Amino acid sequence: MSTLAYDTSAVLGRHLQRLRHASAIAVMTHTMPVVFLLFFGYVFGSALAMPGTEYRAFLVPGLLVATAANGIMNGMFGAAQDSHRGVMDRFRTLPMSRASVPLGQAAADLLTTAAGLIPLLLVGYAMGWRIEGTPLQALGAFGLLLLFRFATTCVGILLGLASRSEEAAGQLGGATFMLPLLSNAYIPTDNLPGWLRTVAEWNPISAVTTAVRDLFGNAPVPEGAAWPVTHPVLGSTLWCAALIATFLPWAIHHYAKQG
Amino acid sequence: MTSTYAVLSEGLEKRFGAVHALRGLELAVPEGSVCGLLGPNGAGKTTAIRVLTTLLAPDAGSARVAGHDLMREPREVRRHIGVTGQYASVDGDLTGAENLRLFARLLRAPRSRAAELLERFGLAAVADRPAHTYSGGMRRRLDLAASLIARPRVLFLDEPTTGLDPHSRNEIWDCVRELTGHGTTVVLTTQYLEEADQLADDIVLIDEGRAAHRGTPAELKAAIGNYAQAVVADAAALPAAAAVLDRLTGTEPVLDVERRTAAAITLDATLTLPRLVRELDAAGVPLVDAGLRPPTLDEVFLRLTARKETAAA
Repeated sequence: MSTLAYDTSAVLGRHLQRLRHASAIAVMTHTMPVVFLLFFGYVFGSALAMPGTEYRAFLVPGLLVATAANGIMNGMFGAAQDSHRGVMDRFRTLPMSRASVPLGQAAADLLTTAAGLIPLLLVGYAMGWRIEGTPLQALGAFGLLLLFRFATTCVGILLGLASRSEEAAGQLGGATFMLPLLSNAYIPTDNLPGWLRTVAEWNPISAVTTAVRDLFGNAPVPEGAAWPVTHPVLGSTLWCAALIATFLPWAIHHYAKQG
Repeated sequence: MTSTYAVLSEGLEKRFGAVHALRGLELAVPEGSVCGLLGPNGAGKTTAIRVLTTLLAPDAGSARVAGHDLMREPREVRRHIGVTGQYASVDGDLTGAENLRLFARLLRAPRSRAAELLERFGLAAVADRPAHTYSGGMRRRLDLAASLIARPRVLFLDEPTTGLDPHSRNEIWDCVRELTGHGTTVVLTTQYLEEADQLADDIVLIDEGRAAHRGTPAELKAAIGNYAQAVVADAAALPAAAAVLDRLTGTEPVLDVERRTAAAITLDATLTLPRLVRELDAAGVPLVDAGLRPPTLDEVFLRLTARKETAAA
């Protein structure tokens, strides 16, 4: 096995072991999206013009994508903790692959995210959401969710490495909760005021959400929206590729640079 | 020639904004020796260690560590060093055993090495507890064990016993002595002069980012002579004792009223204890105790840096 793969798998193993010791936190992290799903589904779902059952089927993909977008927050927490508690400097003094530390963290995150989506899917199913597309399309939707998670985790790792303290990372990470609110994840964007609609539709979360809704066959692609939303699968894949191509090398460079 | 030095640095410079942390640091640490970098907070000790362990790139200068160029072959350097410091630590959320197995894996060392080190550092009983539950001494032993996985040729210890109780401190000292007994080169920083005295073959006094003075502990002490000291029965007799000490040593005595003690430094090797006692007695000083003693490293440091300040003033 190459040095990179071997070291990455060692770092991945470390993150999974950490998770086992902090299983209570892990359970809470995965419970929150379910709570949001129930809360939004029945509180907002009862108040919106859209019929409640229709809204809940619209909401499930939105929450799946919002959960994937939490990669920013999780990536930030993880990287900030490691860089401010000394273990990252020990890694830096070891003759190991420089890319393996960010990659190992992101790989461990992908595994736990994949597992974390299951309760969300089950509760969504209980609320009336169904996969209405072909199995291949559904597979594409899951692939896109994980790709987006990986992309947002790369952004988070860079921000976490660059953070001044764990507390600063915590505050900024908490603020990323706002990002899905500025997209079509929870509400349709058609009725937003012009400028806000433009911001929301150019939010990568909107393109990914539209693509996931389209692939699961939950809602049609809206017309007259910004390009990434009207071409959701291509648009969201390009968004992910751009985020990964920018932030992954940047995070690795930031980790590897001396002082 | 370079092969005889485990660490050889020339003109290392490092600035952090307005702070000039290293100003041309020169070090030459022979293989198998223990070099103590001694200095107050902010002298540049930790920056020196961070540069020599590839964690920081120097702004100027060069260094070879374990026979490899720091800037050109950082990976080769990393293969041969171990680092223990406030920053290079272990993962507190993992158990002691998990930590050592992780580092063993990353260093391609056999898994059994982790168990071996846990045993050797007296951590076998707590091996399966998360490291954040360890006492300060246990945690430091785990740090040390983690930096020994690959049997490094050069071990860097940044303030290895800061914040430890005397018992734990002695344990760490024993570990370091055992290592150097096996030929490992050790570079350690400390604010404790006793620590450098106990462990180091050579001491480098670091002041304002450069080596202000270097030598063996004995040489450093010899450089500033002996203390002639008198303890009197009554503090009122201190001036009389001080006058005698001043005459005998030619330096101004330091008075400690609370301890009823007067002490003065002397470089005069002909001053003997009987003469000191006779002269004090002849002057009618009610003498309780008297002695000629080598200075502590604390006194060495204060004196050597005070000299510099006087020279600068």
